[in-house]
Amino acid sequence: MLHLSGRSNIVLDVNGHPYDVNVRPSDILLEVLRNQLGLNGAKPGCENGDCGACTVLVDGWPVKSCIMLAVEAAGHKITTIEGLKNTPVQKAFVDKAAFQCGYCTPGFILVCHALLQIHPQPDDSTIESWLQSNICRCTGFQTIKDALGQAIRQNAT
Amino acid sequence: MIPVNFDYYRPDTLKEAVMAYRDIKNAGLKPYYYGGGTEIITMSRVGNITPDAVIDIKNIPECYEYGLNNGKMVFGAGVTLTKIVESGLFPLLGKACGRVADHSAQGKITLGGNICGTVIYRESLLPLLLCDAEIIVARADGLHKFPVMEALNSGKRLQEGELLVKVSLDKEWAKEKYWHIKKVKAEKIGYPLVSVSALSHQGIVRMAFSGACGFPLRIAEMESAPSPGQNEKTARGYILHLPSPVREDLEGSAKYREWVFQNTIAEILNS
Repeated sequence: MLHLSGRSNIVLDVNGHPYDVNVRPSDILLEVLRNQLGLNGAKPGCENGDCGACTVLVDGWPVKSCIMLAVEAAGHKITTIEGLKNTPVQKAFVDKAAFQCGYCTPGFILVCHALLQIHPQPDDSTIESWLQSNICRCTGFQTIKDALGQAIRQNAT
Repeated sequence: MIPVNFDYYRPDTLKEAVMAYRDIKNAGLKPYYYGGGTEIITMSRVGNITPDAVIDIKNIPECYEYGLNNGKMVFGAGVTLTKIVESGLFPLLGKACGRVADHSAQGKITLGGNICGTVIYRESLLPLLLCDAEIIVARADGLHKFPVMEALNSGKRLQEGELLVKVSLDKEWAKEKYWHIKKVKAEKIGYPLVSVSALSHQGIVRMAFSGACGFPLRIAEMESAPSPGQNEKTARGYILHLPSPVREDLEGSAKYREWVFQNTIAEILNS
């Protein structure tokens, strides 16, 4: 049985690279990504699992990194916004100007990217369900939905 | 940031898990079983709980059983709500799980965590109350099986140190006509004013609900066949048979909740 007490060294696989980090068992993944690895794409928002600004992908599925312990993430593949390059969703967000202040953008892009990987042609109900995990305080939801629509159409061709 | 330190245990067997819980407890410390951990993390962050240790069940194979086994649908306590939704094995349970929190959180929240957590609504329990489901629980002296209605209806909880391992129910329940209606104060995400799961079995509509009282509840003696012209009266009867006053909180006044609850029951019976 694994037992961690006090600070421990663990390895996190982030964006395809193994990183040695020293954590308390009660350290959440969001803090470790930002404070130890300098990956500031995941944003602290509500830090209560509500807003989605801190979303990362864990084994391809969106997870709010404020409600995951860093020690839980060991052994899984973590993708932050820094790990995405030139994806159709990123291009669609630029084309549709799907951001205002930009604080929620990494979380939304990761949710949209995961959605298209898992459900390449999602129906409206699936889109609504996935996008409701994230909040844009600038209320730019329509352009975000438009960007996702563009990426879905591109997926179909 | 979680302002307290706790130890992290990841047992490989059920026995290791329950023994770890017992030993930590006997040392005068506070252990928590840890599935998805969403509630433990958020409550620790604001100081509502101060765990000394968490016992993560992710390495225990029995807690991750999922699928059909000898004519039974089996759902391990560690299975995430997303998996239950995406697989479609038991559509009513999928519907109920798909309305807990939001989609990303459902990928972290486990069935066991939702059933055993301290958040009062525990909506994934509702379909299980309707279907003669059984739970398997691990204790220091081994595994025990209980009917869900006996162990968890009307505010009942597992005993201190017991670990929910899995839930099983006959696969035929997945074929019955069902409803799941969740009504919230605003929008779609949020705690319910009321959530009602219902299922038609041999002409009788079984119903379980959350939000009206401070716990999930099924009142089996109130269940009946829908009858045009009588359904509003039946719905009123549910209100009169609640074991505690209708909840009143920031989500809604007792009067409003009562009205929503009654209409939701009538809506199902009339459909």
